[in-house]
Amino acid sequence: MEPLRIVESPVVVMPRDNMDTDQVIPARFLKVTDKVGLGAALFADWRYHSDGTPLPDFVLNRPEASKAQILVAGDNFGCGSSREHAAWAIRDFGFRVVISTSVADIFRNNALRNGILPVVVDPDVHAKLVASPGATVRVDLEQMTLTLPDGTQRTFAVDAFARHCLLNGVDEMGYLLAHKDAIAAFEEKR
Amino acid sequence: MDSSISNKPRTLFEKVWDAHCVRAQTADEPGILYIDLHLVHEVTSPQAFDVLRERGLPVSRPALTFATMDHSTPTTPRQPDGTWIFGDAQAEAQVRTLQRNCLDFGIELHALGDPGQGIVHVVGPEAGRTQPGMTVVCGDSHTATHGAFGALAFGIGTSEVGHVLATQCLLQRRPRTLAVRVEGRLRDGVTAKDLILALIAQIGVGGGTGHVIEYIGPAIRALSMEGRMTVCNMSIEAGARAGMIAPDETTFAWLKGRPGAPQGKAWEQALSAWRALPSDAAATYDREVVLDASRIEPMVTFGTNPGQAIPVTGLVPDPASCESASERSTLESALRYMGLRPGTPIGDVLVDVVFIGSCTNGRLSDLREAASVLRGRKVRARTLVVPGSRAVKAQAEVEGLDRVFLEAGAEWREPGCSMCIAMNGDRLEPGQACVSTSNRNFEGRQGRGGRTFLAGAGTAAASAIRGRIADPRQTYDAGENAGPAQGPTNREEG
Ligand code: SF4
Repeated sequence: MEPLRIVESPVVVMPRDNMDTDQVIPARFLKVTDKVGLGAALFADWRYHSDGTPLPDFVLNRPEASKAQILVAGDNFGCGSSREHAAWAIRDFGFRVVISTSVADIFRNNALRNGILPVVVDPDVHAKLVASPGATVRVDLEQMTLTLPDGTQRTFAVDAFARHCLLNGVDEMGYLLAHKDAIAAFEEKR
Repeated sequence: MDSSISNKPRTLFEKVWDAHCVRAQTADEPGILYIDLHLVHEVTSPQAFDVLRERGLPVSRPALTFATMDHSTPTTPRQPDGTWIFGDAQAEAQVRTLQRNCLDFGIELHALGDPGQGIVHVVGPEAGRTQPGMTVVCGDSHTATHGAFGALAFGIGTSEVGHVLATQCLLQRRPRTLAVRVEGRLRDGVTAKDLILALIAQIGVGGGTGHVIEYIGPAIRALSMEGRMTVCNMSIEAGARAGMIAPDETTFAWLKGRPGAPQGKAWEQALSAWRALPSDAAATYDREVVLDASRIEPMVTFGTNPGQAIPVTGLVPDPASCESASERSTLESALRYMGLRPGTPIGDVLVDVVFIGSCTNGRLSDLREAASVLRGRKVRARTLVVPGSRAVKAQAEVEGLDRVFLEAGAEWREPGCSMCIAMNGDRLEPGQACVSTSNRNFEGRQGRGGRTFLAGAGTAAASAIRGRIADPRQTYDAGENAGPAQGPTNREEG
């Protein structure tokens, strides 16, 4: 997994609450057997006409979005389906950080395993971010700080193990495999 | 196992969790949780098998792994030459990939046409593979269904599917517990689906985030296993990690004799272990929510998340009455998408399609409920009846339910997820209104631009007859109560 330490980038703002993973990537794009190029399907039903041509006004179709690495989303982001394709699509589009007032459980786990950091902030910080699309925000995972466009700094919480994995690019499969003796002993004992 | 907690009164969840901790969590590291049953389907597994191949790993415990195909499979009949007509080449390739992976890694697969095939959350319990006290996972968020048996069952992503295939374990932080106590009794004509929709409307689609729900109270005890599965199934729609119901005589009677269930002496041993699972009387939960079953009416959703539900006799709510700006904008965008005006009686909504099926309501009891409404009547909307499994289909045919559906003018399909997720070609056209017994009314869930109204099987069947959203407690005859629209409806803007 690609490590993540500091991300400094303009933010893309999509403030709608409860954006579910069926919106992030509609089910018809889940028929793939690999993960390649899913960024093109990110928010497909909001982003394209039914004939596949892009809707020019949609936030992800604006030129600034193509370079942005931080997505500011509404409350309860990523609810619904467990499809990891949602995290793959977000990562493939170029995002490394998703900031919201809350993130759904399964999506949070899927994001972390794909080098995406979910950052949960208070409503007042969120309101500031929502009001500043395109402004630059700095996320420092090492220090667990967020530098807002007005220069003020806030801290955020992140699970210690998730932070360790992201900072060092540790993948969980390797970690679990390293415990294979403990697992075998557990199986023996039952 | 952590011995320091063994004397403390524990909840059902805590007992199952503790019994599966290979290593307890610390402040710095998550716990390692052992998995007893891993269910696999074609959509969320191919990339996980690829990782195993890249690393040269076998499947750790093939005997604890059980695969079926359901999401992208066709629901039209098999061709005379034995082949199936897939929605597209990609869907077919995905199904073939699962077949190859199961063959290569030695996993039991219930492929298309196999008598054990069907929606993963319907066939697991049917086979007796889901049992009390187990940990069950699947790359699918509705895995919570299996919690109806007193199992800890939850959905995982594809990376985690790989972890379980390779190690039979997951890295997990212990979730919090939420007790949902349902007092009283459901009234006639009110079902488990109405109960869970009423709960989500009360606590919201994020109301269970970070928690495992345990459903308790007399109204839950009174539910059949099918009803319990319907309730647990939709735990994820309240954001919960899982939903559980303590096992009791209803559970044991349902399981006894199923092929995967313990037999003979092993059954007696299992029973005594299962009887120790229910939460201790003095056990406490992190949160508790109370619901009065006797006040619940048949429910239907009007919006684009499962928490936006009202009684079938209700009115579409008005964004002007929302307390916060974000609630208002959520409601406004939902009504815009659904083509509804505030204050419209939900019973005025004209229905184009009715879908009866899915892992929420695609079991035999649901088909019986729908058939009892449809018997001797005619549908006024395109109606798809899709059994949850091949076993459900076979039994329904033994009971003649297929004849009831066909004579009413409905379509009787092969089992699968079908129009719950619209991956296999069964889908709505833009603007179509569908009363659906599935679990998600997200924008585009049943086809781009489609409008989903979630409800129970009886409500769906009554709506098919009426051609509008209907109250399952009323009798509608063809022609009566339908007719031209009075006042504004969803069709005007469509
Ligand atoms: S029926 Fe619907 S919710 Fe259930 S497993 Fe299939 S797609 Fe998922």
